[in-house]
Amino acid sequence: MKHRAKAGRPLAAILFFLAAVALVSAGAAAQAADKTIRFIAQADLRSLDPIWTTAYITRNYGYMIYDTLFAVDKDLKPQPQMVDKWTESPDKLTYTFTLRPGLKWHDGTPVTGADCIASIARWGKRDALGQKLMEAVDKMSAEGESFTIALKAPFPLLIEGLAKLSSNTPFMMPERIAKTDAFTQITESIGSGPFKFVREEWVPGNKAVFVKNTDYVPRQEPPSFAAGGKVVKVDRVEWLYIPDAATAAAALNAGEADWYEQPPADLLPLFRANKDIVVANVDPLGSQGILRFNSLQPPFNNVKMRQAVMALVNQKDYMRAVAGSDEKLWRVCVAMFVCGTPLATDAGGEQLLKGPDLAKAKELIKEAGYKGEKIALISATDQPIVHNQALVTAEALKNAGLNVELQANDWGTLITRRAGKAPVEKGGWSIFHTWIVAPDLLSPAVNFPVRANGDGAWFGWPKDDEIEKLRDEWFKAPDLAEQKRLAAEIQKRAYEIASYVPTGQFLIPTAYRKSLTGIIPAPVVFLWNVEKHAGG
Amino acid sequence: MFAYIVRRTLATIPVMGVVALFVFSLLYLSPGDPAAIIAGDTATVADIMRIRQKLGLDQPFFIQFGGWVWRLLHGDLGISIFTNLPVMTLIEQRVEPTVALTISTLLVTIPVAIPLGVIAAWKAGTWIDRAVMVFAVLGFSVPTFVLAYLLIFGFSIGLDLLPVQGYSSIRNGFGPFLQHLVLPTITLSLFYAALVARITRASMLDVLAQDYVRTAQAKGLATGQVLIGHALKNAAVPIATIIGIGIALLISGVVITETVYAIPGIGRLTVDAILRRDYPIIQGIILLFSAAYVLVNLAVDISYTFLDPRIRY
Amino acid sequence: MTFAPTDLAAAPPVVAAPQRGRLHDLLRRHPTAIAGAVLLALMILMAIFAPWLGTVDPQALAPIHRLKPPSGAYWFGTDMLGRDVYSRVIYGSRVSLIVGLSVAVFSSVVGVALGMVTGFVRPIDAVLMRVMDGLMSIPSVLLAIALMALSRASMGNVIFAITVAEVPRVTRLVRGVVLTLREQPFVEAAIASGTGFFQILWRHILPNTVAPVLVQGTFIAASAMITEAALSFIGAGTPPNIPSWGNIMAEGRSLFQVAYYIILFPGICLSLTVLAINLLGDGLRDALDPRLARRM
Repeated sequence: MKHRAKAGRPLAAILFFLAAVALVSAGAAAQAADKTIRFIAQADLRSLDPIWTTAYITRNYGYMIYDTLFAVDKDLKPQPQMVDKWTESPDKLTYTFTLRPGLKWHDGTPVTGADCIASIARWGKRDALGQKLMEAVDKMSAEGESFTIALKAPFPLLIEGLAKLSSNTPFMMPERIAKTDAFTQITESIGSGPFKFVREEWVPGNKAVFVKNTDYVPRQEPPSFAAGGKVVKVDRVEWLYIPDAATAAAALNAGEADWYEQPPADLLPLFRANKDIVVANVDPLGSQGILRFNSLQPPFNNVKMRQAVMALVNQKDYMRAVAGSDEKLWRVCVAMFVCGTPLATDAGGEQLLKGPDLAKAKELIKEAGYKGEKIALISATDQPIVHNQALVTAEALKNAGLNVELQANDWGTLITRRAGKAPVEKGGWSIFHTWIVAPDLLSPAVNFPVRANGDGAWFGWPKDDEIEKLRDEWFKAPDLAEQKRLAAEIQKRAYEIASYVPTGQFLIPTAYRKSLTGIIPAPVVFLWNVEKHAGG
Repeated sequence: MFAYIVRRTLATIPVMGVVALFVFSLLYLSPGDPAAIIAGDTATVADIMRIRQKLGLDQPFFIQFGGWVWRLLHGDLGISIFTNLPVMTLIEQRVEPTVALTISTLLVTIPVAIPLGVIAAWKAGTWIDRAVMVFAVLGFSVPTFVLAYLLIFGFSIGLDLLPVQGYSSIRNGFGPFLQHLVLPTITLSLFYAALVARITRASMLDVLAQDYVRTAQAKGLATGQVLIGHALKNAAVPIATIIGIGIALLISGVVITETVYAIPGIGRLTVDAILRRDYPIIQGIILLFSAAYVLVNLAVDISYTFLDPRIRY
Repeated sequence: MTFAPTDLAAAPPVVAAPQRGRLHDLLRRHPTAIAGAVLLALMILMAIFAPWLGTVDPQALAPIHRLKPPSGAYWFGTDMLGRDVYSRVIYGSRVSLIVGLSVAVFSSVVGVALGMVTGFVRPIDAVLMRVMDGLMSIPSVLLAIALMALSRASMGNVIFAITVAEVPRVTRLVRGVVLTLREQPFVEAAIASGTGFFQILWRHILPNTVAPVLVQGTFIAASAMITEAALSFIGAGTPPNIPSWGNIMAEGRSLFQVAYYIILFPGICLSLTVLAINLLGDGLRDALDPRLARRM
C-alpha cells in the first residue's frame, strides 16, 4: 500500500494550499497605503542611456534621474532649469551659463561646468538638432560651476536645443560617464535629477524602482511641462510593465496600480464606470500618425503615385482604427508641425483636409503610368497603432486597384527592413506606418520626416533641394513671424513632393486613481509634483 | 545505473550543441537588427551602422558564434544588448517565478488528474467515464489566454478575492506568494490535468485488459487493491513519460500565462528578447530550456526503474 | 535504452490491422465519436461553403462601424476596425481547420517515416533520437516567433513551427510500435525468409502503425488549432488580416469586457471543433483497441 500513502501526501498539500490561500486573501485588503506610486508605464524600461537610444521609455527614465540645463514650459518657451543665470554676447557668438548652487550628483559630488560640456558634446553626436548645434560651435570651456559656449556663427536655436523636450533630450551626466562613446551604452545611473534609480530592484520586463532624491534642490517656480520646480512628494515610484492591456486595466481597477499611463482608448469605458478612477488628457498635443513612402524605388519614386495615395487617405478612418470611436480623442489634422502649436498651418494640405478623392487618385495613377508594380506595405503586428494604419491603407489601395501586398512581421523586423534601400522584388519596401509624438514634430528643427536631404534623410530618402534650402533659412529666421512663413513654405513644398502623409492627430489619455493629485499636463509623463493621499 | 546516468548526461552535450547552433543560425539569419531597434524611429542608416559596429554585430557568423561558445565554455553567457546586464543575472531574476508556477501546477494536477484517469478507466464506457473525458476535452479546447481572462474577471474583479497580476517572491512571505500563484496555477492546471487524466485513462485501459489483472480480480482482491496495487503500478511508466513531456508543454503554456498575469518569468523574458533580437538572452535561455528538458527526461527515465522493476539499464 | 514509452494517445500497439467493416460497426457503438464526426463534418462544410453563408468580405474595414454589438445587420457584431465578426468567424474556420489538419498530416507522415527507420535501424536510432530530443526541447511557441522574425507572418510558418514540435512525439510513438512489432513472430519470420527491408516496412510494419497514428493525429489536429490561437496571442500566428479563430480572439482579447462578442463566437467555434476532433479521436481509440472492444 506504498502507493496509496504516496498519493495521499500531495492531496494534503493541496488542502493546505487552499486553506492558506483563503486565510491570506482575507488579510490582503488591509495593506497600508504608503507613499509609493505604482505606475503602469507605456513600455518596458530596458535601456538606461537616453542618448544611446531614442526609446521614449528611456527618455522618461531620463527625466526621472537626470536634469536638464533648460526646459520648455507649457507655451513651449525654454526656461532655465539647472541654469541659474546666463548671458549672451551682443554678437550672439558667446554664451555663458552659471549653474544653480547646490546641485549634486547622486553619488554626492557637485555638478560642474565640465560635466555639462561633456554631456552636451555627447548629445551633439547623436541628436539631429544637437549635430546642427555642434556644427556651429567653435569651442566649449568650463570653470567651476559655469561654462561657456563659443560659436562660429550665430545659432538662434541654441537655448531651444538645450531645452529639447523629447528624444534625444540633452540630459546632464557626470563627465566621466558623458565621456562614453555616443554609440556605446553607458553603464551607470548617476544623475542629478529629482529621483534616484534603485538598480538592485530593476527587473527588466517587469519593474523599475525609483526613490526620492532627498538632496535635490528644486526651483521655486511652479511646474509647467519640464520647466519649474521638480518637487517630489512621494518616497518611492515603481514603474510596472504589464504587457497585456486587459490585465493592466484590471490591475488599475482593482487598486493594484495607481496610474496607467497609456490605456487603449477602447478600455476607457471600464474606468469611467469606476468612481475611484479619473480619466484625463494630460498630453495636450498627442501624436501624429504617419504614412511614409519609399521615394527611391518604384512605384513611389514617381511623385504622381505618392500624390495618388495621398488622395486616397481618409484621416477619419485611420484615426478611428488607431484611437477609437470617441472623436474627442483625435482630430483630422494636416499641419505637419502639429495642430495646436505656433507653426501649425493647413498650407498645401487642403486636399487631404477635404478627404479622399478616388476619381482624382485614379487619374493620377493613370498619369503615373502605373503598370501593376507590387507595393510592399510593411507592418508590425505587435504595434497596434502601426498595424491598424497599415490595414486601412491596404484596404484603400486595394479599392483603388493598386497591387498592394501587406507584409506583416514584428516591429523589430519592420525597423530593420525599412533601413534597406533595395527594390521591392529584392526584399525592399514601399510604404510603412509609424506614429510620432508632437514634440518631435513641432518645428523644422526637430521634425525629421519632413526633411528631404536624400541619403541623409529619414527612411524613404526623399530628395528636394527646395525644402532643405527653406529649412536652412528657417534656422536663421530672426522672429516668430518669419519662422511661421518659412514653416508654411516648407509644409507646402512637402505636400507637393508628398514624401509622407500625416494620417491624423490623436491623444492618448491617461487613467489614474483618485488618490493621486498634482499630475502635470505635458506631452511627456513626469512623476514629480504628484501626491498620493491615503484611502485610494 | 550510475554508468547509465553518466552516459545519458554526456549524451546531452551534443543535443545541446545542436540546439545552440540551430537557434543561433535561425536568429542570425532573421532580418531583425537590435541596432535598428536601439537607434529608434528617428535614426538614420548611418547611426544604425555605427551601433552595429560597436555591438560587434557586423562580424561574420562564425566569429560571433565562436566567440559566444568560447565565453560559454568559460561560464559566461554574455551581456544583454539592451539592458547591459549579464544574461546570467537576468535569468536568475526570472527563474523563481517560472519554477514556482511549474511546481504548483504539478502539485495541483497530478493528485487530481491521475485518480480521475484511473476512475474513468475502471468505469470505462459508463457515464462517469464520459464525464471525465468531457472534462478532459474541455480542458483542451479553451485557449489558455481566454481561461486566464475569465479567471481574472471572476475571481479578481468580480469577487475581489485574489490579485489580478504580478508575482510575489517566496522570500517576501508565503502568503502573498501563494495568493499570486493561485490563478496562474489554475489556468495552467486545467490544460495539464486534462492531458494527464487522458493518458492515465488510456494506460489504465491497456493494463486492465491484461491477464494478471483479470487474475487478481478473479482471486477476489478488492477493487481498490487491484486498481492501485496492480494496474496503476503498471501504468506508471507511460504516465511518468507524459509528465516529462508535459513539462516541455508547460513551458509553452507558461509564456502565455506569464504574459496575461504579468509574471516576470523565463517565458516572458524569452518572447521579449526575441521580439527585440537580444541575441545573448535568447541563446542563453534556449540553452537553459534544453538543459532543463534533457534533465527532466533523464529523471523520468530513471524513475522508470523504480516504477517498473522489469526495466533495467 | 530498450524501453520505448508510448506517447500522448498511448494507444497500445495493434497487431492486426482493423477491417473496414468492423471499424464502421464499432464506431456505431460509440455515440460520442459519431457526434464528434458529425460536428466536425459540419465545421468542414461551413469552411467550404463560407462565401454562400450570408458573409461579406471578411477583410473589408469600415472604421466608422467599429465595435457594434450583434444585430440584424452584424449577426456577431463588428470588431475594432469595423469588420464583420460573423464573416470573419465563418471564413476563419478555413484557416483554423487547414492549420489543424495540415499539422496532423505532416507530422504523422514525417513521424511515421522517422519512427519506422529509428525503430528498425539501430545505428541511426541513437543519433536521430538525440536530434528529436533537441527539437522537442525548443518550445513550439518560441520556434514560431523565431520563424516569424525570420520570414514573415504566414500560415505556412505556423504550420511548420507546430509540426516541428509534434514530429518527435509521433516519431517516439511509432518507434515504440515498431520495437514491439520487431519481436513478433510474423516479422521475425519475414526477416528470416529474406524479405526485403522496405517490403517488411511496407507490408508488415506500416499497416500496424495506422491505428495509433490516426488516434494521435486527431489529438495533434486539435492541439494545433489551440496552439495557433496561442501563437496569435503572442503575435506570431497567422497574419491577422486573414482571419482565423485564433487571431480573431487574440486581436479582440483586450476588449473582452467591452466587446465580449469578438472572442465569444470564435471561441465557441474553436472549442466545439476541438471537442469534436477529440471525441472522434477518443472514439477511434476505443474502437481500434481490440482488447477494449473485447471487454465491452
